[in-house]
Amino acid sequence: MTTQAPVGQSAAAPITRRKMRREGPGSRLWRALVWGTMIFFLVNVALMIATVTMNSFATRWFGTPLPEGFTLHWYAQAWRDFQLADVLWVTVEVVGAVVLLSIALGVPAAYALARAQFPGKKLAMLVFLLPLMVPPVTYGIPMATVLYKVGLGGTLTGVILANLVPSLPFVILVMTPFIEQIDPNLEAAARIFGANTLKYFRHVLLPLLVPGILAAGLLVLVRTIGMFELTFFTAGPDTQTLVVALYYAVFSTGVRAPQSIDAMAMIYMAITLLWVLIALQFVSPTQLVSRVKEAPKGE
Amino acid sequence: MSAAASVSMTPAARADGRGWLVAPALVCLIAMFVYPFAYGLFLSFQPMEGGGVFANYLKFFTEPTLWPTVLITLKLAVPATLINVGASIPAAFALRKSTRASKFVTMLLVVPVTLGTVLIADGMLTYYGPNGWFPQALHALGLYHDEVRLTHNFWGVLISLVISGFPFAFLLILSYVTGIDPTLARAASTLGAGPWQQFRLIYLPLLVPGLTMAACLSFVQAFSVFPSAVLLGVPAGATRVVSIAAYEAAFESYDYSLASCVAIVMGFVQLVIVAGMLGVRRAFYSGPTTGGKG
Repeated sequence: MTTQAPVGQSAAAPITRRKMRREGPGSRLWRALVWGTMIFFLVNVALMIATVTMNSFATRWFGTPLPEGFTLHWYAQAWRDFQLADVLWVTVEVVGAVVLLSIALGVPAAYALARAQFPGKKLAMLVFLLPLMVPPVTYGIPMATVLYKVGLGGTLTGVILANLVPSLPFVILVMTPFIEQIDPNLEAAARIFGANTLKYFRHVLLPLLVPGILAAGLLVLVRTIGMFELTFFTAGPDTQTLVVALYYAVFSTGVRAPQSIDAMAMIYMAITLLWVLIALQFVSPTQLVSRVKEAPKGE
Repeated sequence: MSAAASVSMTPAARADGRGWLVAPALVCLIAMFVYPFAYGLFLSFQPMEGGGVFANYLKFFTEPTLWPTVLITLKLAVPATLINVGASIPAAFALRKSTRASKFVTMLLVVPVTLGTVLIADGMLTYYGPNGWFPQALHALGLYHDEVRLTHNFWGVLISLVISGFPFAFLLILSYVTGIDPTLARAASTLGAGPWQQFRLIYLPLLVPGLTMAACLSFVQAFSVFPSAVLLGVPAGATRVVSIAAYEAAFESYDYSLASCVAIVMGFVQLVIVAGMLGVRRAFYSGPTTGGKG
């Protein structure tokens, strides 16, 4: 690690190397400790995932390092027992609607926040920021109460509306700095040629926004697939998404074979990972978190 | 579609018509977030079983099944936050230079973020369970001879909070660390500052706002722990966290009034702790930075 100087930082390299020599064993020990802990963590997570994978293919596995044999039987059983076809369809409906709605509502709002000055802007910003600061369990319960009161509890609409609460602010906070980066002169030019906001939006802004919208949409998609609490509080028996169905399966272990549950977990993981890998083509993982959190500070 | 609807409203506003574009999203969040919260607050003062306005709150703070849940949650959330943020700092420094190895590790750390707490709980039940690979490895290596109990207790929930929370805290802190100009530390190093001095006198003061943010978010995330406390813990005992109490009140005894009260208390405790952290930050921050900025 220490001998490989990165190409771009050749100026820093001699100092680093000299420093290394001076520090001696203490620093090396510290480095080893940090890397060792990180590797220990990652190995354990990897093995944990491997356990689920292995178990989902295992015929019988009890108290031995490896199972006795391998089979695809559990996937078929999970598909049947947990009615995964229905669950997956509900998941697609919920996630699709949440992504489309949060973009349709969020992008115009982000544009207004980035470009327009209007009374109550600070207050609007606060309303958009709060749902990301308050965890889903806290606001999910009053929200579910209201949804059940107006008769939307347990319905698909209710689940979609509930999931919009964290997704919409997320899109707004990702898109606001993105829109701010776009040259405002483009807008002035479009207006000179007589474009109103809608025309400017459709013909100038939207094409420039597509990469940002894609990134935000993919991140909302991944977050919504994994959003457990809100869906759990608002879903009825026919409106469970994959993550909620998985929870019920693990919760009532003993009723179903654990291998079958793990097969379902594998399906869940495969779906999330696929979308995460696609999302990573558009967003760097460190930006993924910091962009959103730093946005309110004007970074 | 919504854009068209709000644009047609523009003539109404003289100042800047484009501001109306914010309306659809704002209406949606007011209906789904602000109103429910206000309604919940209102509802919590209308106890289902009658009694005074504060009957729910009295019940919460007197019944032994309710108020200790706050302490139990804090006992989980505080260590989890300290571990996640504490371990993230050295890890972020080790990986801050963008080499191939660090990019790879960063990538690997994104994976646990996406797994979700339910899947982590499911995996942990098998992996750390009495017959899982982890206990088997401990026994095989002769590190521990008794029965290894890491699931269905406090430790199981804490481990799951670290697995799901550490990558999140790490990515957040990494992006703060990489945002600091390394020439500052290099300048200090030419003046003879060792790595510890560089960290303490240069990086740490600049990192404090980021660290506070990361700590607040990690804490809030850990404080609302729910699925893993049920699946990996003892939901009736050692890991009966606040969210379990709120869930049971709302969806098992259908006492939405009490459930709202629990949710409000939960939000209040979070708010107090977050405000406390921000306050500590201010006290801590004032000294070193003014000196550094001049």
